[in-house]
Amino acid sequence: MTNHWNDLQNTDCALIIGANPAENHPISFRWLTKAKEKGGKIISVDPRFTRTSSQADVYAALRSGTDIPFIGGMIKYAIENNLIQKEYVAKYTNASFIVKADYDFHDGLFTGYDEATRTYDKTKWVFETAEDGTPVKDETLQHPRSVFQLLKKHFSRYDVETVCTVTGTPKQDYLDVCQTFCSTCKPDKSGTIMYAMGTTQHTVGSQNVRIYAMLQLLLGNIGIPGGGINAMRGESNVQGSTDFALLYDNLPGYLGAPKATVPEHATLKGYLEKETPPTGYWSNKPKFVVSLLKAWYGKNATKDNEFGYQFLPKGNKNYSHINLFQAMYKGELDGAFMFGTNPVVGGPNAGKEKEALGKLKWLVAMDLWETESASFWQKEAGSDPSKIDTEVFLLPASASFEKEGSVSNSSRWMQYRWKAIDSRGEARPDLAVIHELALKLKGLYAGSTKSADKPIQALDWNYGSGPEPDIDLVCKEINGYDLKTGKLLPGFGALLDDGSTSSGNWIYSGFYPEEGKNLAKRRDNKDTGGGNFLNWSYAWPMNRRILYNRASADPSGKPWSKEKAVIWWDAKQKLWVGTDVPDFKPITAPNEPGGVGPFIMNKDGVGLLFAPTLNDGPFPEHYEPFESPVPNAFSKQQLNPATVIMEGDFNKKGKNSKYPIVATTYRVSEHWQSGSMTRNQEWLSELVAHMFVEMSEELAKEKGIKNKDQIIVSSARGEIKAYAMVTKRFKPYKVNGKKVHQIGMPWHFGYKGFATGDTANRLTPHIGDANTMIPEFKAFLCDVRRADV
Amino acid sequence: MVEMNLNRRQFLKLSGAAAATLAIVELGFDEKNVYAKTKEFKIAKTKVTPTICCYCGVGCGILVHTKNNTVVYTEGDPDNPINEGKLCSKGTTIRQLYTSKKRLTKPLYRAPGSKKWEEKDWEWMLDTIAKRVKETRDASFIEKEEGITVNKTEKIASLGGAALDNEETYLLAKLMRGLGVVYLEHQARI
Repeated sequence: MTNHWNDLQNTDCALIIGANPAENHPISFRWLTKAKEKGGKIISVDPRFTRTSSQADVYAALRSGTDIPFIGGMIKYAIENNLIQKEYVAKYTNASFIVKADYDFHDGLFTGYDEATRTYDKTKWVFETAEDGTPVKDETLQHPRSVFQLLKKHFSRYDVETVCTVTGTPKQDYLDVCQTFCSTCKPDKSGTIMYAMGTTQHTVGSQNVRIYAMLQLLLGNIGIPGGGINAMRGESNVQGSTDFALLYDNLPGYLGAPKATVPEHATLKGYLEKETPPTGYWSNKPKFVVSLLKAWYGKNATKDNEFGYQFLPKGNKNYSHINLFQAMYKGELDGAFMFGTNPVVGGPNAGKEKEALGKLKWLVAMDLWETESASFWQKEAGSDPSKIDTEVFLLPASASFEKEGSVSNSSRWMQYRWKAIDSRGEARPDLAVIHELALKLKGLYAGSTKSADKPIQALDWNYGSGPEPDIDLVCKEINGYDLKTGKLLPGFGALLDDGSTSSGNWIYSGFYPEEGKNLAKRRDNKDTGGGNFLNWSYAWPMNRRILYNRASADPSGKPWSKEKAVIWWDAKQKLWVGTDVPDFKPITAPNEPGGVGPFIMNKDGVGLLFAPTLNDGPFPEHYEPFESPVPNAFSKQQLNPATVIMEGDFNKKGKNSKYPIVATTYRVSEHWQSGSMTRNQEWLSELVAHMFVEMSEELAKEKGIKNKDQIIVSSARGEIKAYAMVTKRFKPYKVNGKKVHQIGMPWHFGYKGFATGDTANRLTPHIGDANTMIPEFKAFLCDVRRADV
Repeated sequence: MVEMNLNRRQFLKLSGAAAATLAIVELGFDEKNVYAKTKEFKIAKTKVTPTICCYCGVGCGILVHTKNNTVVYTEGDPDNPINEGKLCSKGTTIRQLYTSKKRLTKPLYRAPGSKKWEEKDWEWMLDTIAKRVKETRDASFIEKEEGITVNKTEKIASLGGAALDNEETYLLAKLMRGLGVVYLEHQARI
């Protein structure tokens, strides 16, 4: 989230799309209710009339997988009706930049496309630059190749008629959404966009998020109270685990992992030169990288050995979830660890992921429960144990209140949890187990003289001499030290690239600035202004609560409006002051060089309406899901041209003639993710005890299905049995004159726990977004029938 | 009843270790009287520890009441500014994460081809896991690829971690990179 939960009370309009917070983030809704009490409006856009929709002022239905037309039409509406915040757009975005003549767009394809590799040559999408390398601009936004004019042209095709034909949204509902949300373009109004997996789990997931951000930039809604682009996280620490790089392509703090396929990455020098932009905050990247290497390799990281850079693994391919399971399915992996994860229920095309686990030689699962994934080899999983040679180690894990440590919520607030009780039975905290395993492995490698064993030998692992690791030492290592004095660092501004500082994750540096002062433990709940609670816990980066808050003030440093002030330039003190920590250099005056651009992480300090970095185009464009009931109305390109297609046995594709119904997955308030944390509890199991599939009255009638009937849902990947839940919450769509049905189902169920049921993900496909490879769980094709037919 | 006249903050203090003196100072009545009444409540004289909910990303505060080495009660933390004491259905039932009879309490091992789990001790489990990791790593380690130092194994994967604490994710990311693991993924992708 650019903003935070408490800040939702400051919004004049919340557009909730691809998410259902009233159900899945229930307590967040208190702050939306407060906003409503102050006159704010809530818009819910969802294929189904959800609990969130029931609390909304405006509800609009859309067919799964059509967010880009929906928002693209809003962009056209805002531009045509002069509902954009012009000065903000001209000064704080790249709307004024001139794009080189190479760029073009025709029938669904941008220039530079190579069909054979399904990739784009992004050098065709670059800006014109002056001799000093700065972009050429036209702040009147009239130049025909200015980003603004190209954007206007691109979205001119997204007229209301075409949009509603594709999304299936009733026209009046659509216009209500446009009018209500675009009214937040006024400087004294703010609108927020809240989203979750309904947005990201598509083959165009990244562009879905991008188009929301673009609309927010046009309306001047980023960096202000009650504004922003707010991803609602589904797990208590999926924010933190992402920040700490439990993803193949990152190192902690969003530093790119070095790759064997980039020749420059062969050396630290080359890597830093290649990956460090000349301007913007990322120009400090060498300090973050070298400090990380010092945290990981300690004294074994020296100037002479590139600070241990060569110890890091360098991959040569995409190792993300779908590819990982395909490799496992082919028998290319020998062993795997699973820490509190359950892909046999939660993974896409879960039947195949279960089969893949059986190809491993060994599997280590650490969990509070015997999950479906840890016991994939059992008869009740549909497996023949005698034919599965995988050795499985199941380790009992402590619950969150049986240990201590911090978690980072969606607001980036790093809150500490204290230990309430000793672990149940022989369960142990993951920290202790990871620590002990590391020590054992280092022990096994201790005497080796092989060069291959140097990386593990060099890993600095000093967390106290007791049997349990000293968590305080881990916290301090993350924050980082001045290695000359041994003192903790006050923040990432103090990091250096000469090996004299360390920090295990630069974005968190500053949370532990002095001995005895772990700021994640703070519990002062006095509102310091604006609902920002600056003395409660710690928000990365540097306790900033509203990111890009420089944008709340105009170029001269005055707030755009009194109502939406966050920080402003105080000429007397020569300082940015306000109710939040400035997300900006606090002493840089607006009239100094670099005193205007609020988007400090971007090279030019502005928001990217035109993003030449994405794999599938500098502007979002509509493509149909991998499995779609209709042809793409916008171009000949049916599927995102840059998406990797993995067909064959591992991922069968269903035809819409055989599987005409659109399906999506969702969650219920009483269960959580793959269900292992809720279906193993008595009360929650009783509250929602059965797997169900929700459908419209119209579809039920066509199929002869009554409420509570047992039905079969089938896709090209498999079949599941469930109870029918016939409601008015789904309605058939009229898509290009054709009636299209959509159904939905929870993905919480499996065969373990108190409440059991068939697994929805047996139906979902192994195809991912063109940038992130996040699977397309939220739009696929199926058919339904009564179980007794 | 006496307790109903207390505000909840005072009640919390009363239920803690400092109950005796606080009762007298803040309420002006006899401590024995207070104990006599609070004893009837299951959260009387419990230890109260603040935590953060382990479910979604809102980050609600929860108070965990423990007594006699079990969790007797949990409730929303009124001091946490995010939820101000309110909780959803999942946050409300967090106690059952401790009490559920389905909790794993011992390390379990499944041998190749076996139909069942066997109980093992931690020492054996971690020693054996370390051995397996070493065997696989040693047999698959790639030091160089086309002249570039790559120091990796493509035979070991690590999945999950979105429910771990920050400090745990940090050590896990560090250890896996240290071993050369490149198949490193978690729930942010799915």
